[in-house]
Amino acid sequence: MITFDEVVKVFPGGSAAVDHLSMELPTGKITVFVGPSGCGKTTSLRMINRMITPTSGRVLIDGQDVTAQDEATLRRGIGYVIQHAGLFPHRTVVDNVATVPLLLGSSRREARRAALEVLERVGLPQSFADRYPAQLSGGQQQRVGVARALAADPPVMLMDEPFSAVDPVVRESLQREFLRLQAELGKTIALVTHDIDEAIKLGDVVAVFREGGRLAQFGTPRELLERPADAFVGEFVGRDRGFRSLSFDTADSVPVRPPGDAAEDGAELVLDPAGRPLGWLGPAVGSPATPVPTGGTFSSTDTLRAVTDLAISSPVGIAVRVGPDGAVDGIVRHHDLVDHLASRRGRSGAERTA
Amino acid sequence: MDSSYLFDPEHWDPGAAGSIPQLLLSHLGYSALALLFGTLIALPVGLFIGHTGRGSFLAINAGNAGRSLPTLGLLMLMVTLLGLGLTPVLIALTVLVIPPVLTSTYAGMRSLDASVVDAARGMGMRPSQVLLRVEFPMALPVLMGGFRSAALQVIATATVAAAVGLGGLGRLLIDGLALNDYSRVLAGAVVVAALAIVLDLLLGLIQRSIVSPGLTGRAVRTRRAAPAP
Repeated sequence: MITFDEVVKVFPGGSAAVDHLSMELPTGKITVFVGPSGCGKTTSLRMINRMITPTSGRVLIDGQDVTAQDEATLRRGIGYVIQHAGLFPHRTVVDNVATVPLLLGSSRREARRAALEVLERVGLPQSFADRYPAQLSGGQQQRVGVARALAADPPVMLMDEPFSAVDPVVRESLQREFLRLQAELGKTIALVTHDIDEAIKLGDVVAVFREGGRLAQFGTPRELLERPADAFVGEFVGRDRGFRSLSFDTADSVPVRPPGDAAEDGAELVLDPAGRPLGWLGPAVGSPATPVPTGGTFSSTDTLRAVTDLAISSPVGIAVRVGPDGAVDGIVRHHDLVDHLASRRGRSGAERTA
Repeated sequence: MDSSYLFDPEHWDPGAAGSIPQLLLSHLGYSALALLFGTLIALPVGLFIGHTGRGSFLAINAGNAGRSLPTLGLLMLMVTLLGLGLTPVLIALTVLVIPPVLTSTYAGMRSLDASVVDAARGMGMRPSQVLLRVEFPMALPVLMGGFRSAALQVIATATVAAAVGLGGLGRLLIDGLALNDYSRVLAGAVVVAALAIVLDLLLGLIQRSIVSPGLTGRAVRTRRAAPAP
């Protein structure tokens, strides 16, 4: 657990960068610091490994003040990942990754072995080990950056905008792998981003900062979307937060009807011999000669957001559910979904007043 | 032009006093000592200024001032103060070496990617480790550029040693001029020029072997990055 206890940071000649920050980052979880630029999120992160010293207040890791240890020793025990990876250009990938084990006194051979192991963990083949950073793409460099932070197996990791310097497609895959890795490793992670979608996607807990270095809200992504603390958080989280909060529920609670019920909407679902959907026919789609594609299907493990999206974008206002074999096992009608969402809102409203 | 002096085998006899090989050797000796002393002074100062960012005016101004100082004038001043001998020559040549090495060390250190240095500190390197394992190797390409230019200047300028009675290839120039023996002057000029070229090639090879391929783009040219896994 990382504790901020009334932490204040005032830079010389400036106003407060961080203003009486108190919060606890849970052990083994990802806590995301998010907020507009200049809100003190990076400053706060850098006070954990003493890259910045607080003006007043304390930062504790598992109850121990970070100033109790010598700076370098403290930092060797904390993984550190930064925006452009910051790899050493004059060292090969494996030497970059072996840095902290070597600093901690491992032999060259042990450090290299640990480095190769962790490279494999982050999904980089052995053939990359002897390349130089300049030979890698941005996404690959960022993977090496993560591997380098993990090499000495630190319990705590600090990540400052780790995925913001790569294109959206690469970012998506890095984020997915990061979550997979974290599910295996269970590190205590503090991650800074300015992207609220990334915060919601990656965070177990999210700390929203506002200008002047004050904490606007500290809670789970769901709490943020469904119960923003004030207008600032509501606005920062974004207009379609209601729709996005549907991502937190799975589709298994949606009322599903047999496919034949589509007739009530003037539509007929055409199946192939294996029971897979071919498309829609009937007056609802203008009685075409060939079936109109369904535009996608969902299974019970998908999110409520995916179902809603399918129902809205479907040519007949009906989302199609398939089983594990890809065969259709039910449909969700637009009207039923709206009723379901209404009752869901009633429930979360009841939770709020409870 | 009369190249008879240069190609006379008698002048290439290593055993004969004042032969070209002997002058070459003493010339190299003065140059090497001046480079050594100059680097010993300028490198640590440049590294300190680059690492801490303090005193950068010194690096810049010393560079400019040093460049405009006439070596021959300085040498005469030193001879007046210290008398004849090797010391005034070495002082004058060392002063010539300091500016390019100092400025290039400082420039090399300043050109470093700040995020790399931040990462090094954040991973728990101590300041001396950041300097020696990260900043210095990264600054090396620029630094070597300054060192090579210092070496060329010293080789060319070490001819002044002959003006105060010492050896070196300057002997051929000074004596040649005094004796109106232009063939000798030509020999001196050609050997100095050849020495400068050979030395620069040699330093180029050394640079290639001590600068990481990751910094020069050689690694990138020889192997293409594989597609993302």
